[in-house]
Amino acid sequence: MHLDHSHPHAPAEAGADARRPDGRRRALRIGLGGPVGSGKTATVAALCRELRDEFALAVVTNDIYTREDAEFLLREAVLPPERIAAVETGACPHTAIRDDISANLEAVEDLEDAVGPLDLVLVESGGDNLTATFSKGLVDAQVFVIDVAGGDDIPRKGGPGVTTADLLVVNKTDLAPHVGSDLARMAADAKAQRAELPVVFQSLRADSGVRDVAAWVRDRLAAWTA
Amino acid sequence: MTRAALLVLADGRFPAGGHAHSGGAEAAVRAGRITGAADLEDFCRGRLHTTGLVAAALAAAAALGVDPVALDEAADARTPSPALRGTARKLGRQLLRAARAAWPDAGLDALARTFPRGAHQPVVLGVTARAAGLDPRDAAYCAAYESVSGPATAVVRLLSLDPFDATGVLARTADEVDLVADRAVRAARAALTGGVDALPAASAPLLEIGAEVHTALPTRLFAS
Repeated sequence: MHLDHSHPHAPAEAGADARRPDGRRRALRIGLGGPVGSGKTATVAALCRELRDEFALAVVTNDIYTREDAEFLLREAVLPPERIAAVETGACPHTAIRDDISANLEAVEDLEDAVGPLDLVLVESGGDNLTATFSKGLVDAQVFVIDVAGGDDIPRKGGPGVTTADLLVVNKTDLAPHVGSDLARMAADAKAQRAELPVVFQSLRADSGVRDVAAWVRDRLAAWTA
Repeated sequence: MTRAALLVLADGRFPAGGHAHSGGAEAAVRAGRITGAADLEDFCRGRLHTTGLVAAALAAAAALGVDPVALDEAADARTPSPALRGTARKLGRQLLRAARAAWPDAGLDALARTFPRGAHQPVVLGVTARAAGLDPRDAAYCAAYESVSGPATAVVRLLSLDPFDATGVLARTADEVDLVADRAVRAARAALTGGVDALPAASAPLLEIGAEVHTALPTRLFAS
């Protein structure tokens, strides 16, 4: 059998293309990155619980050497298992979300094929350093999650994640008094680094939970489908 | 044709998913078969003359214009481990995405239509080389070199091996990469007239077994 060369060139699948091969608009993709232990997976889980009745959702996780993040989401049953995919990153999560995004793009596209059409795909990075950002070929917007216990000087230190993410989340604010973190100083430093880009201070243990981040995601979805 | 396309295609940073794979090195490290630069060199030499030779011949044959479907079946037949077959198709699909972006080509588009879930990576590599205006020898060199460069760079992460030692291993195996590329091109030419049975079927049982063990592990740095 020989391959069929008679069809005209189909456009190569491009990450940033807003249309699926069938012409439909693809899902909005939002990346969540940040240091190890800052609460990325907990935020993803809370977002799924908050948004799953309003939107068709799926999640791609990027673990460093386990499938813990995917398994946490499965255990917590925030989404049906077929809506959660895990990408292995070869010890280097920032490579898989920034420098070589092919495995993540395939995971996103396979989810859309299998359980789509989808409104939103959350792509969670493995915990990484302050320079880890998502490629624009992979996501449409990115959230950088830090926490108060990781040191209240992180906003001042800046770096691409803190400075350029579309949303900066300062997580675990309930711990601030216990670890001696100065929230006002973190807010002022973040403002200095990010100018008009938004910052959310959240505690998932508080009644408000993930509300502000969910509201930001809803705004992004409204703009995407407008 | 531009020869420099070979540098683009062979660049370790070419975004085709290779960074997440160790070419069996992680399984060999865990089993105690790679502990340092000396046995990394043995491992690389073994992989080059088995998996590397087969991959190089498949790639050269695809670059020569041998039917990719027949080559993909030949690759399946030469890969006993289901885990390795899965890895080869996954990497083939990732390479095809990068290749179509880099060198838009009807042959690559046809390959994507025939194998929406991915063809074996060496087959995609050969069709890519052809699309990039490279010759079968270039495709063979890419495949042969990848068969050793992947494990060598992975072991730098796995064992905290001195990166200069790992690069020394690659430099010392370069002569043998030449030999393997020559053999691969000769076999590919034979396959063009005599069919894919003319391609080598050199097997590395420990790589196949290691891949099956590795895929069942709950924690690992590399996908394969």
